[in-house]
Amino acid sequence: MRLAIVVQRYGLAINGGAELHARYIAERLARHAEVEVLTTCAADYVTWRNQLPEGVEQVGGIPVRRFRVKHERDPQVFGRRSERVFQSPHSIGEELDWLDAEGPTSPALIEHLERHAREFDYCLLFSYRYYHAYYGARAAGTRGILVPTAERDEAIGLSIFQPLFRGVRALMYNSPEERAMIQAVSGNQDLPSVVVGVGSEVPRTAEPDRFRQKFDIRGPFAVYVGRVDRNKGCPELFDFFRGYLKDPAGRLSLVLVGNSILPIPEHPRIRHLGFLDDADKFDAMAAADLLVMPSFFESLSMVALEAWALGRPVLANGRCDVLKGQCIRSNAGLYYETYEEFHQALRAIEQNRWLAETLGRNGRQFFREHYDWPVIERKYLDMFAQLSRDPDPRVIDPLPGWLDRRRQNLPPAEAVAAQLPSGACR
Amino acid sequence: MPDFTVRSDSVNVEQIMDQIRARIRDKRGVDYTEQEIRELAAVRLERFLDPRGVRSDLLEEFRRSQPPPSPGVPLYPFEESTLFDSHRGIVRFFRRLFQPVLKLFFNANALGSSLHAQTAINRQTIERLDAMDATFRRNGDLYYELLHNMVVELTRMSIEVKNAKMRVESIASRLEFNERRARALESVVVYRPAEDGRAATPPRTAAAGAPVRAQGEPQAARPSSPPSQPGGAAQAPAGGQPAEGPGQRSRRRRRRRGRRGGASAATIMGQPGAEGGADTDTSGDEADAGTAAGDPARPLGDAAPAARDAADARDTRPEPFEHTFGSAAHPAESPAAEPSAAAPSRPAVDRPDNGQ
Repeated sequence: MRLAIVVQRYGLAINGGAELHARYIAERLARHAEVEVLTTCAADYVTWRNQLPEGVEQVGGIPVRRFRVKHERDPQVFGRRSERVFQSPHSIGEELDWLDAEGPTSPALIEHLERHAREFDYCLLFSYRYYHAYYGARAAGTRGILVPTAERDEAIGLSIFQPLFRGVRALMYNSPEERAMIQAVSGNQDLPSVVVGVGSEVPRTAEPDRFRQKFDIRGPFAVYVGRVDRNKGCPELFDFFRGYLKDPAGRLSLVLVGNSILPIPEHPRIRHLGFLDDADKFDAMAAADLLVMPSFFESLSMVALEAWALGRPVLANGRCDVLKGQCIRSNAGLYYETYEEFHQALRAIEQNRWLAETLGRNGRQFFREHYDWPVIERKYLDMFAQLSRDPDPRVIDPLPGWLDRRRQNLPPAEAVAAQLPSGACR
Repeated sequence: MPDFTVRSDSVNVEQIMDQIRARIRDKRGVDYTEQEIRELAAVRLERFLDPRGVRSDLLEEFRRSQPPPSPGVPLYPFEESTLFDSHRGIVRFFRRLFQPVLKLFFNANALGSSLHAQTAINRQTIERLDAMDATFRRNGDLYYELLHNMVVELTRMSIEVKNAKMRVESIASRLEFNERRARALESVVVYRPAEDGRAATPPRTAAAGAPVRAQGEPQAARPSSPPSQPGGAAQAPAGGQPAEGPGQRSRRRRRRRGRRGGASAATIMGQPGAEGGADTDTSGDEADAGTAAGDPARPLGDAAPAARDAADARDTRPEPFEHTFGSAAHPAESPAAEPSAAAPSRPAVDRPDNGQ
């Protein structure tokens, strides 16, 4: 079996959620099939600048074929077009312009896929919202399997993606919430699909003591792992944690792991360690009393899964349906929507070791049952087997004509997204 | 293969969250949303309730805000001759001369009397309005005084209510803490078997001056340590043999059941704690540990090991979740004095944090 993994960026040093997801899947499926990765020369997700060499190279034993990006993203143009399609009635042509501005615009990749798609049994396209997935799915035809990695943001309300969701061969969702959202927006319930997610390379034995000694951390602490960014809900986390610090009974500190593009509050009990390698990261999680996930938008929180794999409870933002759903399904994490809930939930985990241990134990079991690599691999292989048994001549709707593309009859994307059903799935 | 199965182990996250929300609701009294609370907090009334916001020049400002008295319309006197009057003599002469002719065309008397009556009405109205204005101004001063007093009283009341609430919370948490401590102490009370007691316990007389030791501990001489509870329940007659009175056995049995008789459980527990182990100054250690751990501004790397110990001393029993919520230690209490940490004087040494 030959598989193509089509993703916007790829590399060992690229740690974006969907990109890491794609690399993990590629490396795991390489044990069962011949895998080739098709990607761009970009390494930066903001500009899509061509930084990596064009052509084929081996990354982790997998051939990776890179194609140049035609033009970098212009933030001003992208911002203007985003505002237009998200907030105003607009046309399909404007949505396509938005997609072109978002990038990574690599016609060479699409052209290659068009010519060589039939050499692969299936093409796994990651991240629905980018250029390569939209046009790549059309190029791959009936071989295209979409891994949408969709979040509840305005882009899900754009009408150009609805034919994509309905026309690919199958969908591999990250969470039941993501599936419910995409099914609601596109009505693709009849399409083969499965909630898979992704596993993680969690070490069997972490060394919390080594982490504490290395970074001179002795007290109990909550850890946040990820980019310290506004989009990840970090400002709210800082506000809430500053409120918690005023509680004289609270003893937890906050340790931040990851690159920061926000100023970190100056407080002796808030430590920012910067980007850590995997060993330190996992040791940090193992040493922590809990993991905090303040993000509002997630399609799947790999960090939460890793914390659960290490037997640590999670305190997640309850306004993110996916995180809340994960907590409820796993019985392994608490969630908050307000400061009071944050405070009380944090205190509950801090004060009741039995509760923290039970949550962590549930998390470990949840990870083992649903996100361990054999489970993930089995779901992919089962899907391939199912698709090979049921050939489906489904094709994506063709792009509308010149006149239809200019008809200003589409509602603002944020209005469409706001009408989608929300809430965690049990 | 099913995508997911909802498992329900010994904890139910949704149930816990419901309890957390219920607790928050109880605290607030009303289930306001965060947005509503922020709006309420931003209400201008708060400014008036702040005693610092009550201005001393409020009366002047209040008076300034009142409209100044209007100058009033001049009353125009209207008599019978007003229609034909003039300051010029010749004009006045001709008007009077032709007055009968003019009266042939219309009834000037009716006009004159009507305008005269109107003048009288105007005068009365002005007088009444002036009186009302004066009354209003007098009442305004009274209203101001009333309002001012109400603001002051309301401010005082709100402060008192806040203080009272804090005191209630404080007392409640102290009570709860004390109950937990009492329970914990009762559960760890260890009585020496009678034989051991006879063999190891010296007479607790003031003359002997030797303190009673905990069960199984060697009789290390600690002359500087005073007997922690003179006259406590463990008193024995001189001679080294603890005499067991007729009711003593049953009293001990009662104590085992949790009833207190004679000295309290804390008293008995205080004896080994007072002199056992290397550090006799248990309370001092606990206080130190509590100070170190309780310092919210202590940096991560500087956290005293005692803080870690105190954190590790959290309850590990699978107690009901409500107990956890309801049993927050009082802030004023040292965390090292938690029931599980109240065991005799653990030396405050750093120890690995394995098994977080």
